[in-house]
Amino acid sequence: MASKNIFDKPIGVVGAGSFGLSVANLLAENSEVLLYARNPEALESINKKREWNNYPIHQNIKAIDDLEQLASTCDIIFPVVPSANFRDMMKSLSPFLHPYHILIHGTKGLNLNLPAGKTLDNMEVLERHHIKTMSEVIMDESVVVRVGCLAGPNLAKEIAQGLPAATVVASPFNEVIQIGQQLLRSDRFQVYGNPDLIGIELCGVLKNIIAIASGALSGLGLGENARSLLISRGMAEMIYLGKALGGDVRSFIGLAGIGDLMATSHSTLSRNFTVGRRLAEGESLGRILGDMQEVAEGVNTVMIAKKIAESFKVRAPITEILHRVLFEGLTMEEAVQYLMKYPLNVDVDFI
Amino acid sequence: MKLKRYRSKRKYEPILPGPREWPVVQLSRNKKEFIKEVIEEAYGRIKSNTRNKTALIEELETTLYKEKARIRQTPWKVDPDDDHEFWSKVKNDLLEISQHKVKDEEKANKILHSIIERYAEEIAGNFNTSHYRFARGVITFGFNRLLNAARIKKLGGFWSSELTMNDKIQINGEVEKLRTLAKKGTVVIVPTHSSNLDSILIGWVIYTLGLPPVIYGAGLNLFNISIISYFMNSLGAYKVDRRKKNMIYLETLKSYSALALKKGCQSLFFPGGTRSRDGRVEKELKLGLLGTAIEAQRANYQEHGNDAEKIFIVPVSLNYHFVLEAPSLIRQYLEKRGQERYYVENDEFSSSYKIITFLFKFFTKGSDISVSIGDAMDILGNKVDEEGKSFDSTGREIQPKDYFVFQDKITVNKQREAEYTRMLAKKIVKQYSIIARVFSSHLIAFVAFEIINKKNKKLDLFSLLRLPEEDLVIPYSEFKTTCQRIKNKIEDRIKEGRMSQAEHMDDNIDNIIEHGLLNLGMYHSKRPLIKTEEGDITTMDMNLLYFYRNRLDGYGLEKHI
Repeated sequence: MASKNIFDKPIGVVGAGSFGLSVANLLAENSEVLLYARNPEALESINKKREWNNYPIHQNIKAIDDLEQLASTCDIIFPVVPSANFRDMMKSLSPFLHPYHILIHGTKGLNLNLPAGKTLDNMEVLERHHIKTMSEVIMDESVVVRVGCLAGPNLAKEIAQGLPAATVVASPFNEVIQIGQQLLRSDRFQVYGNPDLIGIELCGVLKNIIAIASGALSGLGLGENARSLLISRGMAEMIYLGKALGGDVRSFIGLAGIGDLMATSHSTLSRNFTVGRRLAEGESLGRILGDMQEVAEGVNTVMIAKKIAESFKVRAPITEILHRVLFEGLTMEEAVQYLMKYPLNVDVDFI
Repeated sequence: MKLKRYRSKRKYEPILPGPREWPVVQLSRNKKEFIKEVIEEAYGRIKSNTRNKTALIEELETTLYKEKARIRQTPWKVDPDDDHEFWSKVKNDLLEISQHKVKDEEKANKILHSIIERYAEEIAGNFNTSHYRFARGVITFGFNRLLNAARIKKLGGFWSSELTMNDKIQINGEVEKLRTLAKKGTVVIVPTHSSNLDSILIGWVIYTLGLPPVIYGAGLNLFNISIISYFMNSLGAYKVDRRKKNMIYLETLKSYSALALKKGCQSLFFPGGTRSRDGRVEKELKLGLLGTAIEAQRANYQEHGNDAEKIFIVPVSLNYHFVLEAPSLIRQYLEKRGQERYYVENDEFSSSYKIITFLFKFFTKGSDISVSIGDAMDILGNKVDEEGKSFDSTGREIQPKDYFVFQDKITVNKQREAEYTRMLAKKIVKQYSIIARVFSSHLIAFVAFEIINKKNKKLDLFSLLRLPEEDLVIPYSEFKTTCQRIKNKIEDRIKEGRMSQAEHMDDNIDNIIEHGLLNLGMYHSKRPLIKTEEGDITTMDMNLLYFYRNRLDGYGLEKHI
């Protein structure tokens, strides 16, 4: 093996989706990597063909299907699974975790923790403790406290092609940030640190809403003025929502905030963008989601964020109108008209 | 319920046979050496905080400036006579250094050392076993006498032994566990703080429970009065001067606490730092001293591996119907909130007379007090069992040592430990809100204030507090139904394990209201709540009502008014 190991033990990755593989490949440049893959087909393909879903697999990666082995071999683990499966994954992993473990996740979604028998529809008001970011799920479900997250403009396909990029590692613990930097940094990959874990997680989560809207603008062929309008107003909306949930405004104007927003709002590679574009072209949500290979987190996020906006009395017109398009049968054209007629607001009132 | 009450009255045998075994005795026996260690430790810390000699000299200059200001602005009787002299010498020495082009680091180090030495000597407690016994006896005897005299209301009552402190003060909660754990490791007690009485009360509780004396930081102002000073010293207190906010002092204080903990001294901090000014149960804690518990635990693991002595954190809530200082506390709070820039740290305990009357009033007139002992936790707030083992939320045993481990080794990381301290503080605050016992007086104060608040939704706090008398009357029937509703909500929360209430709350709502009216701030000249001639409810002092109302803040009960 040609790795220049910084740490004695291999680094763990949970999840063999496109971003999980990207992270594993980035890590593999500096370390040995154990990759947990649930799907036996994926496992075999990764270990034998060194390829999965058209992603090449670095030679330092070894796939396994045993979480206990993963936790007992690795001190540092990167969980990268869709938010809908995150809590279950943590429940299975938790019995093998100890306070010396360090977890840095790369999942950009929210988890709802509602009282028994309640759903998003019959909950009157959401309180903060009903809404969990992935780091909060980790802390809920395990004894691990040294937790961090990855966020930033990291389109998996570009990273796989070896194009230059950067990410943010966020954690209240300096040591976690340093470890993230040591592990991920390469000639093509830059790593920034931020202590505002919740804020950075929310950047990654909320930008997906705007990405769907941006895809819709593309589908409608509305041009770049409209997109810039969307991005800057979307930014303000992310900040309102993010602040209400405990994020620091400053995080939103950094790499993981505006940086990631730019990338996902412009790129046809983004899944959320694709959802928006196809919606605008007249396809139904059910059909779009049906033939997508991986989860578009943004759809679920719109649902939760709309409820958050109502519960915390935050102004979020883009989220609300998207919700009506996605789930209440409004057309994209009507949505755009509505937004253009929205009473004028102050340009910048969040700093 | 009856059984519990009985249990709370039982007598507890001391858990350690003789004073010889008390760590605090060991500490005071080797006081000179201990202070030397403290000085060394603090010196090391400060040197590592100040990267180079320029930074060190700057720190010394800041300290000098602050100390000069303190001597000028807030001199106390307890300050040593040579205070001025000492700091003048520091000034001259610093001046001398600054006159040379190449700053002399040795000289700066020497100044630093002399300052630390002075602070360490001042902080150090003066525990003495025979004084401890004597003081304990005097306090228990004295309080019992006073209590009897007052309760039985005749002179002969002074010599009666019908009533004891036990009747007045209920101790409930995880008492047995605290006693067991105190034998197995080092216990750090962290009580809520609302009255000057707390220091004395908690000392008595610790004695009653048969625990060896703890060391605790007591405000230096309490040492202003020689008799109190004698008792404080005897009870194992060390001195904390809240006027001194410079880094050198704070580091010396932390070194003292951390080393004492490492030596196994049971300790007590009031993590709120100061008495709650607005009557709320603490929500923000001071992290400095709390952090020393985490530090000491890590140091224990470093030295002794898996056999290391464990440190247990035990939150305690002190519950009163009546806080004697409430009027001045809430005034200070409102002044500060009202943007009054400079308010002086005033000292209600400025004379022996004041403190004696305070104590007399408290022990003769004050109504029942309850002390709730919370569940013990490890230094990261995990549950511990009787054996002192730590468990995660699913009941799996965990090793707290692992929190300090990276790559199979214990590593020292200040930033990490600062973050852990923040996490621990959150867990303590959560325990406080669970164990703080709701009294009838808290309930009626909360309900009355919130009814008035709801009727005047548009007013801000300050306008609300200035409402005219006629707007402050609440019809009794409305008051009663609202009290019942809130009480039901409290009971829901008790079932969920989020709150607790006193036994006297097991009664019908009319009796509870009566009981509350009788007890709420009972000896204030202006009562927070009274019944009008028509039988309705009103207040004589909105500020005080607000103070007592705050006890039930933060449970989300407002929305049910």
